[in-house]
Amino acid sequence: MTSSKSLSSLSVAAWVLAFALLAVFPLLPEPIGGKFHTELLAKVMIMAIFAASLQLLVGYTGLVSLGHAAFFGFGAYAVAMLAPMSEAGNGWLMLAAAVGGAGLLALVIGALVMRTQGIYFIMVTLAFGQLVYFVFHDTKIAGGSDGAYVYFKPALAIGGWQWIDLEQANSFYWFVLGALALTLGVLTLVLRSRFGHALIGIKHNEQRMRAAGYSTLLYKLASFVVAGMLAGLGGFLYAAQYGFVTPEILSWHYSGNALVMIILGGLGSLGGAVAGAFAFVLLSEWFSALTKHWQLLFGSFIIVAVALLPQGLAGLWARLPSSQRKEAA
Amino acid sequence: MSTAWFEARKLTRRFGALVAVSDVSVALHEGEIHAVIGTNGAGKSTLINLLSGELPPTSGEVLLGGQDVTHWPQPKLAHAGIGRSYQRNNIFLPLTVAENCRLAAQARVQRPWAWWESAQACRTSTTRAKAAIERAGLSAFAQRTAASLSHGQKRQLEIAMCLATEPRVLLLDEPLAGMGPEESHRMLDLLRELKTGHAILLVEHDMDAVFAVADRITVMVNGAVIATGTPDEVRTNRDVQAAYLGGH
Repeated sequence: MTSSKSLSSLSVAAWVLAFALLAVFPLLPEPIGGKFHTELLAKVMIMAIFAASLQLLVGYTGLVSLGHAAFFGFGAYAVAMLAPMSEAGNGWLMLAAAVGGAGLLALVIGALVMRTQGIYFIMVTLAFGQLVYFVFHDTKIAGGSDGAYVYFKPALAIGGWQWIDLEQANSFYWFVLGALALTLGVLTLVLRSRFGHALIGIKHNEQRMRAAGYSTLLYKLASFVVAGMLAGLGGFLYAAQYGFVTPEILSWHYSGNALVMIILGGLGSLGGAVAGAFAFVLLSEWFSALTKHWQLLFGSFIIVAVALLPQGLAGLWARLPSSQRKEAA
Repeated sequence: MSTAWFEARKLTRRFGALVAVSDVSVALHEGEIHAVIGTNGAGKSTLINLLSGELPPTSGEVLLGGQDVTHWPQPKLAHAGIGRSYQRNNIFLPLTVAENCRLAAQARVQRPWAWWESAQACRTSTTRAKAAIERAGLSAFAQRTAASLSHGQKRQLEIAMCLATEPRVLLLDEPLAGMGPEESHRMLDLLRELKTGHAILLVEHDMDAVFAVADRITVMVNGAVIATGTPDEVRTNRDVQAAYLGGH
């Protein structure tokens, strides 16, 4: 018991260190810090939020979804659709619409797909994800296949006081960092709670959970909605960062990217989701700078990584301090 | 005897042309172990699946304390006090013995909306889990993962998880299967102890064990009941001797 306790304080220390490093990053001098890298890391952290939200579903509830981008993309489109042409829109309203709207969409889709299992669940989530994609791609509600612009970044005023200006690259970066911390904090609490423990039970043995007296369908639906809301938060940040949304961010490719991130990082680990997002975004940047055929290189890398690290990047960390960690996991 | 706690009336379940359970009636009383015996494929496990709400019956009814619960979903039945164990181990392999039982106990005090509260801080579930683990004789293994247990210990865990939900009716599907003589002995003692305050349905292959602990025995052949009564009545029943016990 004492060893697992000191180990968990070790991971707390690692998290604090990681966030401290991320927090000072934009202040570092040019070759390391600077505008380009700050924006790149903000993008990484947005993807980390997206990946962490999917981790709740895949890694902790055992629901492999190939339609998760629908909620991310819906969050982004909520911003684009509420953004006025000539001035900054109300950021709180957009945030509520992105998170709440994605949650509602997840509730509707989840209620329809949750009775299916395994490969059928994957196919049905894929189908609903593509349905949402084609709604935005083929109708005029938000620019169709051309996408839509967000001309001004959302304004997050509190009673008329502009406490943060998202137009400023560094401020935006720190806002994203805060959102990532919030996401991971909420997920950590959720996973520590009775609800989270029940989700893990459902992942391992749903039949037994029903026999014990859990309405597992409702639990899975709740997990789907929470994951959808957090993906919506990621979508809000995405639209705010790029000022432009296209239907591509709703498509199954995008869902697949998030799946690759959590597999690369390690299933069933929040740190793994974050590490996977870092590896995915940074490596695809790096490989695409190297060669035009970067996806071939990237694909090979993923295959090798998954073959060598079946537990993902999080498995590397677990091996680090001592073998006793395994017991705690 | 008073009215039955849990009762099946003319329960039938068809799978296509196969009638797995045909017109079966059993009544479970408090303080009684009611054993169901029968050859492989006699429909014993299907009967437990029907009684625990895991499968809906084709016809017939299930009564709990006189109330019709035939179409209740399984979680609702579990809340009403129906607990079951499985013939094949059906546990959370990667989790510790303690967490296996705590999760089962948590089913009574779920509070899923309280996402900020730690599950480990839930006193009710940790105490009940501990008590169930102790009863099943697994205290020394509480912090081991379920996957690392021996087969017999996994069977004990199966029962502990069932007890952790504090059911009034126990539906036990071959709890002794694969156990060594010493473990079986322990389990039989536990079953006798559990009679007080519980109504128990015991599906079991081990005839010596059944005749040692059962208060009533129902014999099934091809999904139908051919005899029911006290162990002595069943032992001397002609149909049973012919159809099931054979040369014994």
